[in-house]
Amino acid sequence: FRIPQNNELSPPAGHVNFLLIREIHVANVASTGFCQPPTSAGGQQHESHGDLRSLSSSLFIIILHFLYEIMAVHGPVVKIHPVVLASIVDSYERRNEGATRVIGTLLGTTDKHSVEVTNCFSVPHNESEDEVAVDMEFAKNMYELHKKVSPSEVIIGWYATGYDITEHSVLIHEYYSREAPNPIHLTVDTALQSNKMNIRAYVSSQMGVPGKTVGVMFTPLTVKYVYYDTERIGVELLQRTRASPSRTNGLTTDLAQVASAAGRVQEMLTTVLSYIEDILSGKVMADNSVGRFLMDLVNKVPKITAEDFESMLNSNINDLLMVTYLANLTQAQIALNEKLVVL
Amino acid sequence: MCFGPFPLHQTMASRKESAASGSSPLETPVKQIQIDGLVVLKIIKHYQEEGQGSEVVQGVLLGLVVEDSLEITNCFPFPQHTEDDVDFDEVQYQMEMMRSLRHVNIDHLHVGWYQSTHYGSFVSRALLDSQFSYQHAIEESVVLIYDPIKTAQGSLCLKAYRLTPKLMEICKEKDFSPEGLKKACIGFEIMFEEVPIVIKNSHLINVLLLDLQEKSTVADKHELLNLSSSNHLEKSLQLLMDRVDDMNQDIGKYNTYCRNLSKQQQQKQQYLQRRQQENTQRQSRGEPPLPEEDISKMFKPPQAPPRMDTLLIAGQVNNYCQNIKEFTSQNLGKLFMAEALQGHSS
Repeated sequence: FRIPQNNELSPPAGHVNFLLIREIHVANVASTGFCQPPTSAGGQQHESHGDLRSLSSSLFIIILHFLYEIMAVHGPVVKIHPVVLASIVDSYERRNEGATRVIGTLLGTTDKHSVEVTNCFSVPHNESEDEVAVDMEFAKNMYELHKKVSPSEVIIGWYATGYDITEHSVLIHEYYSREAPNPIHLTVDTALQSNKMNIRAYVSSQMGVPGKTVGVMFTPLTVKYVYYDTERIGVELLQRTRASPSRTNGLTTDLAQVASAAGRVQEMLTTVLSYIEDILSGKVMADNSVGRFLMDLVNKVPKITAEDFESMLNSNINDLLMVTYLANLTQAQIALNEKLVVL
Repeated sequence: MCFGPFPLHQTMASRKESAASGSSPLETPVKQIQIDGLVVLKIIKHYQEEGQGSEVVQGVLLGLVVEDSLEITNCFPFPQHTEDDVDFDEVQYQMEMMRSLRHVNIDHLHVGWYQSTHYGSFVSRALLDSQFSYQHAIEESVVLIYDPIKTAQGSLCLKAYRLTPKLMEICKEKDFSPEGLKKACIGFEIMFEEVPIVIKNSHLINVLLLDLQEKSTVADKHELLNLSSSNHLEKSLQLLMDRVDDMNQDIGKYNTYCRNLSKQQQQKQQYLQRRQQENTQRQSRGEPPLPEEDISKMFKPPQAPPRMDTLLIAGQVNNYCQNIKEFTSQNLGKLFMAEALQGHSS
């Protein structure tokens, strides 16, 4: 058996049990011959092993999800931008009648240790019990169009909505491995099977006894969310739609924004203050590192003498007032000019 | 300056007929715009990735019209125009994109276009022309202006504009002379009208957002409460000054035109008077009067300068002033907060 190598530093002691569980699961997998052959003869495998196979497959799934909770680093780290996830959810909402899941291509950039997913588009496909058809022409076309806008994005994998990895996924994954080296498979659980939208990424690796039929196993990868600064601000605004009952939200005007930002800082300060109160009254154990952070925080307010601060404040306020006055003057001027011309 | 995307006349012709038979042209057909969160994210991403070099990125908005509000459900970006890319066919790209999107059940109806802006300078001839051609074909179309610099300062700055019906009429007739504009009685304030925007998310997207909030790290940059403002203010004022200079030149040109016109009128009057005097003299001497010459041919009126540019410049100056005022009011608030933090009460 070839277990994917962990070429990073040896994991800390707390993760020993993780390795142990993996050994068990790999051994289990081996003993029941749970292999996914890459050919399309997948249909026959179902009947031949019966109960034991279904038991081991469910065990496999459980262990896989357990693994995901602990740690999953055997390959590049997958960094996803929120726009990709929103796109996937949107295409799921618009799926054809009768389709249970949606698939599509992921575009992005690769690095030595990470893969950054920045864009995606959905690809029409038909899936039934024993066969799957993907519109590859369409996928190629769309990729060409996308390349015109952002020439630096390449195909790095594909996504599918849904919870599990089915046999059809293996076929589709094989198609995508022709398009990109070592493609990533992303699953987004839009059916909310565990009351959460689980977003997982996998990479495929070969597995099997050398000489006999080779199988494919999907190993999980860590998923991180990255934002550009402006993206983060956009997402923050979108978060506010959760609060309103009609799921809508208008864009706020100038001073209101400053007020809400100040409100947020105030909330954070209240939390910190209540924590300090708790420590002083003995309810919570004091933590030295937190104490150091608090010292940092208090020292960040610069100590300036009263007169200096007054003069700085006044000069700044004067600047701003002057600019406002000039802006108003200009506006009045052009309005006047207009009326004079019309005369 | 590159033009915006061209509308598809084939598919839009049928919609134009149905729209024309519907609402009267003086009412605004669109009272509100509803944008999906996805569109916002896509626009942000497009500028972030492709817009750092040149100043403007553009794209097309897709969606549908529901009663009196316009719903924008998706968008796709437009590639940059490069001079060496002559064989790139924009209409081809658009048609292919829309056809492909139709296959995956995305709304494929054009409802407008978006553009990014640099410090708020977007009122230009190109924008006017593009928006006019869009609005002419599709009555409810809007242009979304995304200001990335203001967004980076703390809060999303996205505005939707349409041309007012009056401006539409003027553009249709292409009569930009002073008399034409005087007749239409148009001022720079009623060129563009802003339509309020509302962001809407589906339930599933809300679940996604909840998940994101739990898993992602807290932002360590709170740009909105940043006190240093002089850089941004300087840049804005610089642009404002340039525009005011342009306006000055334009006004100067118009003044010379007026002066020339009045001088010409005077000359005409003098000529007529002299003619009359001569005629009376000749009559008194009994000679036949001189023939009346065609004076209009002798005194050709000077060319009236087109006034549309002035309007645009005035609109732009107005926009700059608005932005500056918003910015200064925010900063004043922040300064007062800093004062409170110091603990000095005056």
